[in-house]
Amino acid sequence: MDFTLSDEHLDLRRQMRKIMTATVTADVVDETHRSGTNHAPAFIHALGDSGILARAMPGPGQDPIDMWLVSSEAEKFGAPFDAGGMVTSIAGVLAQLGTDEQRRRIMPGLLSGRELVCFGLTEPDGGSDLPRIKTRAVRNDTDDGWIINGAKMWTTMGHVADWVFLLARSDPSAGRYGGFTTFIIPMSTPGISVDPVWTMGTERSNATFYDDVRVGDECVVGEAHEGWRTMGIMLAFERGLGNTGALTPLLRRFAHWAAESGTIDDPLVRDHMAQIAIEAQVAELLTQRTVWTIATGEGPGTEGSVAKVYATEAYQRAARWAQATAGADGLLRFHETGAAADGWIDYDVRHSTPQTLQGGTSEINRNNIAERQFGLPRMR
Amino acid sequence: MALEFGLSPDQESISDLFSSFFAKESPSEIVREAEPLGHSPALWNALQGLEAPGMGVAVAAGGGGAALADLVVVAEALGRAVAPVPLLEHLVASRLHPEAAIVRGDQIATIALHPADAAGLWRLAPAGAVAHVVIGVDGDETVAVYAEPPGAAPANHACAPIADRSARVGDRVVLGPASAIDGALAEWRMLTAAALVGIANAALEIGLAYVREREQFGRIIGSYQAIQHGLADFPALIDGARFLAHKAAWAGDTGRVGAAGVIDMDEGEITEHAALASMAFLQAGEAAAVCTDRSLHYHGGYGFSKEYDIQLYFRRARGWANILGDPARERLRLADMLWPPPGSAARGAPTSSAGKV
Repeated sequence: MDFTLSDEHLDLRRQMRKIMTATVTADVVDETHRSGTNHAPAFIHALGDSGILARAMPGPGQDPIDMWLVSSEAEKFGAPFDAGGMVTSIAGVLAQLGTDEQRRRIMPGLLSGRELVCFGLTEPDGGSDLPRIKTRAVRNDTDDGWIINGAKMWTTMGHVADWVFLLARSDPSAGRYGGFTTFIIPMSTPGISVDPVWTMGTERSNATFYDDVRVGDECVVGEAHEGWRTMGIMLAFERGLGNTGALTPLLRRFAHWAAESGTIDDPLVRDHMAQIAIEAQVAELLTQRTVWTIATGEGPGTEGSVAKVYATEAYQRAARWAQATAGADGLLRFHETGAAADGWIDYDVRHSTPQTLQGGTSEINRNNIAERQFGLPRMR
Repeated sequence: MALEFGLSPDQESISDLFSSFFAKESPSEIVREAEPLGHSPALWNALQGLEAPGMGVAVAAGGGGAALADLVVVAEALGRAVAPVPLLEHLVASRLHPEAAIVRGDQIATIALHPADAAGLWRLAPAGAVAHVVIGVDGDETVAVYAEPPGAAPANHACAPIADRSARVGDRVVLGPASAIDGALAEWRMLTAAALVGIANAALEIGLAYVREREQFGRIIGSYQAIQHGLADFPALIDGARFLAHKAAWAGDTGRVGAAGVIDMDEGEITEHAALASMAFLQAGEAAAVCTDRSLHYHGGYGFSKEYDIQLYFRRARGWANILGDPARERLRLADMLWPPPGSAARGAPTSSAGKV
């Protein structure tokens, strides 16, 4: 085994750090917390202008180590990359399944960081059980178009996005996984509305509504009625690559606070800090292995599920331990006098909570490991 | 240079060789026969036939010149079979003291994990019951002591050939200052980690085989989600510990030892051999404990009976790890490497980048 990054990967890391130092200042981070919109335009623009978003795009012929490095560096630094993750993911889908016209029309905006995209997937009645979604796309042959009606939940970035990547049922008679179509639609299309969903974390999410939204065939991604295949490609990009590096910034912030407060001399605290340091290494190694598996063309198998469950659960344990250890000061929000790590401890407890839900719940991922890695019977 | 999580072709060959060797020469009947001492002289002789005892010693010193990355593969294969031979201890000791009889394996060597006490006793040295040579710290020196092994161990949880040995009775050779043993202790942690990974992996295989066969309420118990989800935690524990052991080996093989390695807690970057060896040891101990515990539990009462193999693994998961002492103390030692206490002589002189928050 080899744990060395190549010179070009080290160079990418240096470039990332330079851009983040310049564009993700304390004020910028504060603004994301105030607004609930986890997006820093100057940062994403700089990533676009330097070609980093294009490098971080998933798909055949792309270097998955680039993709991992960009998101993990952002995560370690504390730079908001949610919007970057979404544009690279959808650009990757379009590169693979889009028409030439779609690639020309949509990809440059996404990969420059100037246009954002949100995901319209989950619905009030269809979360882990995604095929249960009810949003309907009805084909209207007279004008070669579609009429879409429905509602989506957790459309994060929906209020600032230029595009929505939407999954709809187009042929309800085609069985559980048949008859889906995926679309990429301008958010300015008449009939789309956005309501905020405020969360216990600092982030704002959204519910989005689609009332007689009329779109043409140019909005269909991949083959009509073959949307489940598109979803398979997209979810394979996502699983286990992002959001597994949160332990490093948590431990950094905790250790600096513990050093300032003198808590770091307490053996009970040092014992736990060492444990978290191990878990941070394990989370990183498992994620690097997922990336390596994709790079060798073997993956993705269940490696992403393995990394995702471990890393997100370890993050929650660590955050909750850090908060309890900081006592009352661990309850205080950003910039309150005496707040542990200036409020980051409280933030991490809130921010870590949905990590075991989004991008595939821990239960769905454990099912995946049991069924696909162990070959045990599927019982649902 | 680039990320690589597969074994090299050479390592694949070593893995195949030792996996089939232990599968053939050390099935669970042999493990049981070797109890309670936990040592099979016949198996040791067979290992000598493979020139395994000296494989980690430099070629110039008459050994096999294997890299640490190769020894990690051997240790995992040994752990998978819970083979009753003191190969890990011997590999470590032979690298520190590559004397001809030790390199050949005619004399079994081991290391004491803690300095001798005031009476000059090394308490419960691993392989102390069967080793002809024990290397350890006595006062401010690292010494090798040659003496006839007792050939018996106090009755213990893992049926391991542990024993108290004297640092002063016998032929005594000074190898260097007390710190001369530090590298060997890091290697012991790393190889023991790999062996514990082997145990954890075997616990997964044994558990899976059982839950695929055993039926309750009209279907195999492996179809129940409670059991599926318990097992689904194993791969992260096993693979995480395995990668840490391999990363420790990589760091050692590439000279990332002490100040030549990186410990940067702000960036979460750790490439220093001894710190990684400690992390691997702790993670593997946890993996082996959890996986053997759950796998035994899924056997129901049968797992508790001596007839089933899982109890062999359950006991060694604890015995092979806890011989070093309380894992919490090892974590405190690790913490001192990662966040050196003020005024301490920082081991490995950790580097740290500017304090961003």
